[in-house]
Amino acid sequence: MFPTPIERTSRSWQISYQTLLPLALILWLLPLIAVAIFSFKPASDFANANYWGWPSSFEGFTNYALVFTGSDMPQYLLNSVFITVPTVIGAVALSCMTGFALGVYKFKANIWIFFMFVAGNFVPFQILMVPVRDLTLQMGLYNTITGLVLFHIAFQTGFCTLFMRNFIRALPFELIEAARVEGVAEWRIFWYIVLPLMKPAIAALSVLIFTFIWNDYFWAVVLTQGVESQPVTAGITSFNAQYRAAYHLMSAGSIVAALPPVAMFFLMQKHFIAGLTLGAVK
Amino acid sequence: MCPSSPVSIDTCYVKRQAMADAGAPAVSQHNKPVKNSWWHNNQQSMTPWLFLAPGILFFLFYVIFPIYQSFSLSFYSWDGLGEAEYVGAYNYEELYWDDAFYTSLRNNLIWLVMYLFAIPAGLFIALFLNQTVTGIRLYKSLFFFPFVISQVVVGLVFTWFYDPTFGLLNYILGGVGIPPINVLGDENFVTYGIIVAGLWPQTAYCMILYLTGLNAVDPEQIEAGRLDGAKGLRMLWHIIIPQLRPATFIAFVVTIIGALRSFDLISVMTNGGPYGESRVLSFYMFEVALSEYGFRMGYGASIAVVLFLIMLVFIAYFLWSMYQEEKAR
Repeated sequence: MFPTPIERTSRSWQISYQTLLPLALILWLLPLIAVAIFSFKPASDFANANYWGWPSSFEGFTNYALVFTGSDMPQYLLNSVFITVPTVIGAVALSCMTGFALGVYKFKANIWIFFMFVAGNFVPFQILMVPVRDLTLQMGLYNTITGLVLFHIAFQTGFCTLFMRNFIRALPFELIEAARVEGVAEWRIFWYIVLPLMKPAIAALSVLIFTFIWNDYFWAVVLTQGVESQPVTAGITSFNAQYRAAYHLMSAGSIVAALPPVAMFFLMQKHFIAGLTLGAVK
Repeated sequence: MCPSSPVSIDTCYVKRQAMADAGAPAVSQHNKPVKNSWWHNNQQSMTPWLFLAPGILFFLFYVIFPIYQSFSLSFYSWDGLGEAEYVGAYNYEELYWDDAFYTSLRNNLIWLVMYLFAIPAGLFIALFLNQTVTGIRLYKSLFFFPFVISQVVVGLVFTWFYDPTFGLLNYILGGVGIPPINVLGDENFVTYGIIVAGLWPQTAYCMILYLTGLNAVDPEQIEAGRLDGAKGLRMLWHIIIPQLRPATFIAFVVTIIGALRSFDLISVMTNGGPYGESRVLSFYMFEVALSEYGFRMGYGASIAVVLFLIMLVFIAYFLWSMYQEEKAR
């Protein structure tokens, strides 16, 4: 193990390490801690320029309650859910199939199709922006959740295919060969043999895509406009416009907007990290 | 096919189970009538295409085709509503004389270079956290935390952090006697200020890649190195970092892509200001095509094409590396 395990070092370094650890963490999360503190302060503290002093009263509950009752925040959160969940299902379903096709079959165009997905996934959003917005307008899906979901599914399929294909490549191929010898139909191989083995990949990918889509801002701004379809990342700007200079409320709003992916991460940590670091080890 | 060595018993069991589930004939196929349909003969070559069809169609429709459209649109003048007018290379000519374009290009370069700092920083934190003391798992998660938050919130958090009147940064600077700096209002600092905000989640990402990589470093090589008297930095440089190559490659890819995609932070923190000094190509393109500065879709498309070509250099390199690796298998 590198660096040298702490148990094998001098006593003084052990003690300094144990004190450095929490200090480093506080320093690392300082901007976030500041916002968290803001969200518990009453409005009067900001009027009196008591920014960093002790809160004159603890108003956390009032502030967060106001985020949910005094604004469109619940609607934005709901929109985010309705955008994120179908996208995750759609992109994962499509990429299970493309990943299977590219991971199991050998044919000439295989590597080129694979590279098309990979390259498309790296493309800057701006090169797609005008045509995709136009397409969405023409289909009558501008400013709808469906329009946003369809695009997200298509775009995420690139990354998901890369992920799934590499995962399937690492599965024991003899399993599929044996099934073929036994005369199992190809679609049955997919459904009964490969798909069950892909469960960990599906879990990892779902958590990742959930986070990516929940945190998307660019496409939300390009393809949607109002409270009826915008996700919370875009909604937070309207929220901040509504409560301009009410820092306690804006802080609370930001924390609410950031929370779902954070909760997802802490609940599904193992899958999340497995997904993110696929390929980081050979 | 299923040798009776103790190691393979497990796989054989799995195999048989899976086969039973898939409805394979359990004993033999001798009694089965030989199928001679077209489908039966071509199943192997047709199946991948059937599985690929929905994904490819979606992807062509929403990603590949629009790239082509943007290229052709960059030769037109179009307000997004009326008729598009063919103007040849005029958009590119205008780009050539556009100061805002050069500011954006310069900032893109600064982003690219500065963002790479996330890689050594991530490695440093990963080395710091690669221990087995109690509670280290929680520490690792909390260090990773910034990556999970949306860039919009990161932007807001840092905007308030930098705020000249109440921001924590100036509060701390004031504590050591430095006069307040309006980071986001100063044209010399603004891009760097935003990049630091971007580095925060990006470093967390690189950190998690390296933590995973460090886990897989061969302990025997480390011991061998120790016996040869390698220590500290020498050990890191000659033994550890070469083994972290796959992690470094991915960190490099995601950092480059992240740097060139920077949009959310700029939009939230400064909206391109002050005086357009914090624009990058991705933001400038959006501004030209979709904001109150007018709906100049063709001109926007030409900016997007330039950004795309820059990205293409890296994409080509990534694909080439992947291709080498595929061949090596």
